[in-house]
Amino acid sequence: MNPLLEIRDCTVRFGGLKAVSELNFAVGEGELAGLIGPNGAGKTTVFNLITGVYRPTSGDIRFAGKSVVGRRPYRITARGIARTFQNIRLFASLTVFENVRAAFIMHLSHGIFHALWRGPGFAREEARIDAQVMELLEIFHLGEARDALCKSLPYGDQRRLEIVRALATRPKLLLLDEPAAGMNPTEKQELMRLIRFTQEKFNIAVLLVEHDMRVVMGTCHRIAVLDYGVKIAEGAPDEIRKNPKVIEAYLGQEEPAHA
Amino acid sequence: MFERPKTLFAVAVALSFAVSKFSGGVNPYYYDIILSIGINIILAVSLNLVNGHTGQFSLGHAGFMAAGAYTAAAFTTFVPPHHIATTLFFLLALFAGGLAAALAGLAVGVPSLRLKGDYLAIVTLGFGQIIVVILQNIDAVGASRGFSVASGYTNFFWTYFFAALTVYVIVHLVDSTYGRGFLAVRDDEIAADAMGINTTKYKVVAFTLGAFFAGIAGGLYAHFKQFISPDGFDFFKSVDIVVMVILGGMGNTAGVIFAAVLLTILPEWLRTVSGCTFLPHWLRDVAQNRMILYSLLLIVLMLTRPQGLFGDARLFRRTPKFKKP
Repeated sequence: MNPLLEIRDCTVRFGGLKAVSELNFAVGEGELAGLIGPNGAGKTTVFNLITGVYRPTSGDIRFAGKSVVGRRPYRITARGIARTFQNIRLFASLTVFENVRAAFIMHLSHGIFHALWRGPGFAREEARIDAQVMELLEIFHLGEARDALCKSLPYGDQRRLEIVRALATRPKLLLLDEPAAGMNPTEKQELMRLIRFTQEKFNIAVLLVEHDMRVVMGTCHRIAVLDYGVKIAEGAPDEIRKNPKVIEAYLGQEEPAHA
Repeated sequence: MFERPKTLFAVAVALSFAVSKFSGGVNPYYYDIILSIGINIILAVSLNLVNGHTGQFSLGHAGFMAAGAYTAAAFTTFVPPHHIATTLFFLLALFAGGLAAALAGLAVGVPSLRLKGDYLAIVTLGFGQIIVVILQNIDAVGASRGFSVASGYTNFFWTYFFAALTVYVIVHLVDSTYGRGFLAVRDDEIAADAMGINTTKYKVVAFTLGAFFAGIAGGLYAHFKQFISPDGFDFFKSVDIVVMVILGGMGNTAGVIFAAVLLTILPEWLRTVSGCTFLPHWLRDVAQNRMILYSLLLIVLMLTRPQGLFGDARLFRRTPKFKKP
């Protein structure tokens, strides 16, 4: 069976810099995969490749059997890939409820004329979306905050809201870009639970980009390690932990004994 | 506030019809101001869709108004009206004006809406200038001498009918799940794109619809003043409309309507003050320099309330209530 997401021999150059070099990586359906690496290893670039922000210089990216290279980001989202951002990007002037509601636009059957005429069909669809938004918010314990401005939420809740918003597009694959950035240990524990819960509850694949080792080790089934745009290791958390190349990339080479 | 939008719209139209029945005896000077207010409401509310709700900074609204004004005026001047009723004829002219402006909006919008912020402002500014220069060189509509429009069809009823229609369309378009897209584009285009929202389409829709109503306003203006000249639609006219939007609070329809009323009345009111003989001399001198005073007032308002008079108050924004099981 084909994997859900498949990155084949992808290379990205920015001028003379090879940000990602001949990367091969796949995520299966319902899998919790991780992509780790030190700062500047090219993790976010890989994310931007998958979501269509960048175009690979060479190579192919296939999602559910079809190539997504060259597609506009909103079309890739429509195929079933949703994402969160490293630096939270919520719709700042909207409330919690409206942030999630905006992500339902993709599934709307009504358009301008229904919005203006406001017939019974429009009312039914709005009521249905309303209920679905609330259901999602309740699952993630954000129901109480529905009318709060999203920027007034605590940091952890904003992260959670971003995940809720991404889920509202009904993805098959959820990409999380450094969700643990800026979190304290308690919040990280909470986040790990949240990621596992999301994956099981919605039965979707999750790809996690992170440089916090503990979070990745504690959640992912399989991990790939990037360093300077090259994949240096791939495997289960335990194998990665012991891999000398990974230790070298993170901690540097062991100094030779005094000459 | 807007639980029954269609009823509210009907009430607004009925009200303007009722008032129009009594407008015959009104002092022409006041009548002039009242109609200007209505036209400015259309202009400001439609620009608010582009600059306020969708967050695209357009400086070419007067250009779209010009396209509408000249098209509608040319329609009533050159098309023989004999077979149809005057009202229908006038509405057709207005619609033609709106359509011409919308097409201009589409033509400018599609290539330039990938630009952001200042760059888009400069492109739309350039477009406004191009329209003025083109009109100055079309002899059939009077070139730079201006264009006299024989028929003064615009009246209180039609002005306020279209003002109500503009407000209705824009408020209800934005206030729906579909309409959240405009606000999402304004708040964060990258995130909107990642949420499956076709940001380009939203921007083009906002731009085209905004231009359409500007065109209608232009048509009303042409058949109200009965004389239009290209200079009347220059950069400064665009700035006037932008100021109404900023002063009212970007994206706040009620605030923008209020600002349109205020900024139409204020210069006239200052003119009246400067003419009052019983006021002390220094006060009349101050009011005499009304354009300076007007500018000062804007500066003070922007310093004290940069978010506009009403900011982002959700007077016209309703979140549907969730029914608890």
